[in-house]
Amino acid sequence: MPKHANAVIVGAGAGGGVVAKELAAAGLNVVLLERGKWYSAADCRKDDLCNQRTSVLGAKFGPDEDRNPRVFVDEHGRESIVNPSDGAYSNNAACVGGGTFSYGAQAWRYMEKDFRMRSTYGAVPGSTLEDWPIGYDDMEPFYEKAEWELGVSGDDSGNIFKAPRRKSLPMPPLAPGKEHAILEPAAHRLGLHPFHIPMLRNSVPYNGRRSCMRCRWCVGFACEVSARNGTHNTVIPTALATGNCELRTECMTREILLDHSGKATGVAYYDAANRLQVQTADLVIVSAGAVESARLLLNTKHRLFPNGLGNRYDWVGRNLQGHSYTGANGIFDFDTFDDIGPGATIAICDYNHGNAGLAGGGMLANEFIRLPIHYVTSLPPWVPRWGIEQKKFVRQYYQRTVVVFGPVQEMPVFEARVQVDPKVKDAWGIPVARLSGGRHPHTLEIARFLAGKADAWLKAAGANRTWPRVPGPGLSGGQHQAGTCRMGNDPKISVVNRDCRLHDVDNVYVIDASVHVTNGGFNPVLTILANAYRASSNLLHAWKGSKVPA
Amino acid sequence: MPSACIGSWWEPEVRRRTFLGAGASVAVAGSLAGCATGGAAGSWRFFTSSEARTVDAVCEQFIPADRDPGAKSAGVVHYIDIQLTKAFRKHRQAYRQGIAHIDSMSREKFGAGFADLLPAQQAEILHALEQNSRPFFQLILAHTWQGFYGDPRHGGNRHRASWKMVGLDYPPLRGRQHYEGA
Repeated sequence: MPKHANAVIVGAGAGGGVVAKELAAAGLNVVLLERGKWYSAADCRKDDLCNQRTSVLGAKFGPDEDRNPRVFVDEHGRESIVNPSDGAYSNNAACVGGGTFSYGAQAWRYMEKDFRMRSTYGAVPGSTLEDWPIGYDDMEPFYEKAEWELGVSGDDSGNIFKAPRRKSLPMPPLAPGKEHAILEPAAHRLGLHPFHIPMLRNSVPYNGRRSCMRCRWCVGFACEVSARNGTHNTVIPTALATGNCELRTECMTREILLDHSGKATGVAYYDAANRLQVQTADLVIVSAGAVESARLLLNTKHRLFPNGLGNRYDWVGRNLQGHSYTGANGIFDFDTFDDIGPGATIAICDYNHGNAGLAGGGMLANEFIRLPIHYVTSLPPWVPRWGIEQKKFVRQYYQRTVVVFGPVQEMPVFEARVQVDPKVKDAWGIPVARLSGGRHPHTLEIARFLAGKADAWLKAAGANRTWPRVPGPGLSGGQHQAGTCRMGNDPKISVVNRDCRLHDVDNVYVIDASVHVTNGGFNPVLTILANAYRASSNLLHAWKGSKVPA
Repeated sequence: MPSACIGSWWEPEVRRRTFLGAGASVAVAGSLAGCATGGAAGSWRFFTSSEARTVDAVCEQFIPADRDPGAKSAGVVHYIDIQLTKAFRKHRQAYRQGIAHIDSMSREKFGAGFADLLPAQQAEILHALEQNSRPFFQLILAHTWQGFYGDPRHGGNRHRASWKMVGLDYPPLRGRQHYEGA
C-alpha cells in the first residue's frame, strides 16, 4: 500500500493543480491523482479532427473514447450511452492540466455582481439563482495571485465596468490583429468600451517560457511552444519541485474511503495497470471537474451517507451549468482574416449587467481562429446545406467572416444534474455519470438579447450580412461545466461551505468549478484558479495535523 | 510497405490513393495486398468496390469539382473508408444499409446504381434521401466535410485541396519545436 499522505487530491486540472502546489509548498505531503496522461508541448500534432475543440476522431487530451462512457438523457427523456467525442458527453479533458492544457486561456475575473446574482436581480422563477457565500473582495487577492503565478497578458484598462484591481496584469497584450482593428473603432462608434482580452498566454517571455508564436492552432490543441499557461506547466511542476508532491497519472479514483464515524481515510483508485490501490490521507480534495467530482461523491456510499457523500439534502450533482454561447457571424466585402493566432483579442463588458428586464448578461468577444473544418459547420442559413453553392460560399467568405460571441451567465436549474447511472459502468466497473435536464428559458432570453448586440457590432464594423448564433434549450455543461457541489452557508441548500469543505465531513474538500454558485458571464478558469488559492489558504490556516515527511 | 497502410504525417496514403480512380483499383490491388482488410478488389478497408463508387459519387454531389477539386479528387471516400475501421466503427452498419438504400432508390427511380446516374438524377436522389433518411444523410454529409476540409493525414483533402481553395498556407513556417528543439 502506498505511504500515508497528508492530502490526496483527485484531479490535476485547474483546481487540483493549484491546491497541490499550495499544500506542497507549505510542507504537506501531497499525492496528486490524475486519470489521464501527462502531455507536453511535443504532443502538439495540430490534428484538426482529433483535439479538444473538434473531437470527431476522438478527444486527443482525454478521456479515451472506449473506457469512459456516460449516459445522456435528452429533453424527451430518451437515454443513450455517449462517448467523449460526442457533444452530449459534456467533455472537458482528462490529462495533467485538465482543460488548461488545451484551452483558449481567456483569464477573466468575475465582476462584483457575479457573486451577488440573487441580491442584484431577485428570485428568478424556476431557477436556483443564489448569491455566493463570498464576495469579489474575498477573491481579489487570489485573482491577482493566479494572474502573476501562472501569467496573464492583456490590458483591461479600457474596461470601465471591471471590478477594482490592486495590481495590473503582469504582461502586455499581444499585438492586435486585423479583426481587432476592424472591431475596435466600430465599438467606439457605438459608444461601447472595447479592450484587450486578458489571456493566460505569454505575450513576452515569462516564467522561463517563451512568448506566443501566433499560430493558427490554439484552442483545443497543445501549445507547441508552451507559451500558453495552464497548471501543467506552472503550479504542478512547482509542486513537484518542492519534493512534497507525488503525481500519479492514469489513476482512476473509484471512491472516497470513510471510517465508521464517517471521516475520510483516503481514496481507492485503479492505477495505470488497473490494480486497485488505496491511498490513505488526512485530507481528501476532490478536484475532478463538475461532472466527475459529483460522480465521485455520489459513488461514495456509507451507512451514514446512503445517497452519497455530501448528499444528505440531495444537492450533489444539481445545478449543472456551463455557458450558453451566443452571438453573431458577419460576412464582409474585404478580407478580415490574417492567420495570426490566437484570434480572439478584443472584448466588451458593456452587456454583462444592467440590461433592462434581464437578470445579467455576458461578455462579448471575437472568436478564435476558425480552421476550415470549423468554418463549414457554421454557415449561414441561406446557404444550401450541400452542393456547389455551399462550396463557392466557403471559398468566397472563409477569409471574410468575423464572429462575435460570448458566454451568457446561466440561470441555474435544479433539474439540470449529474447522477450516477444505475446500470451502466465504465471499464473499471464504476457506475458512470448520468446527465439530464436543460437550460432555463431566461438564459435563452438573455442569449437572444446578446446575439442582437453582437449583430449590431458586426454591422457597425461593416458586415454586409449577418446571421445569429444562439443556443438551444438542451443541457449545458461542456468545458465550462460548473455548479454541481454548490458553495453556501446553509447545509440544506448547498454541498460545501465557504472554505469548500463538505458540510457533512470535515476532512473532505471540493475545489474546482463544482462549487461555483453561478458561473459568471465569462470563461471560468481564472475564478477556478483564484478560488483554489483562496480555499488552500483557508485550509492551511485551519490545518492542525502533523506533517508527514516526504 | 506498412507506411502506406497507416498513413504518415504529411501526405498519408498518397501512393495508394493515387491509384484509386473509379474502377482503377482492381488493377493495382496486387501491389497493395498487405493493406487489404476486405473487399475482393483488395484495396478498400471496409467498402466493397461498388459501395466505394456510390459513396464517392455521393460525396462529389455534396462538394462538386469546379475550378477547385471536388470531393472525388480530394479522396474523401478514402477518409471515410479508413475511419470506418477506426473511429467510425460504430457507423459500419449505418453505411452498409445507407449505401444499399441509396442504390435501391436509384434503381427504382432511374434504373441504375447511384454512381451511374446523371448528376441531376443524383441530386434528386440526395434531396429525397435528405427527407426520408435524415440520420444517415447527416452522417455522410458530416463525414464528407471532415474528409474534404480536415487534415490530409486522415486520408482525405488530398494535396490540401480545400486549404488551397480558401487560401491557407500549409505547412506554416512558424513553430516545429519538436523537430528543431526548443
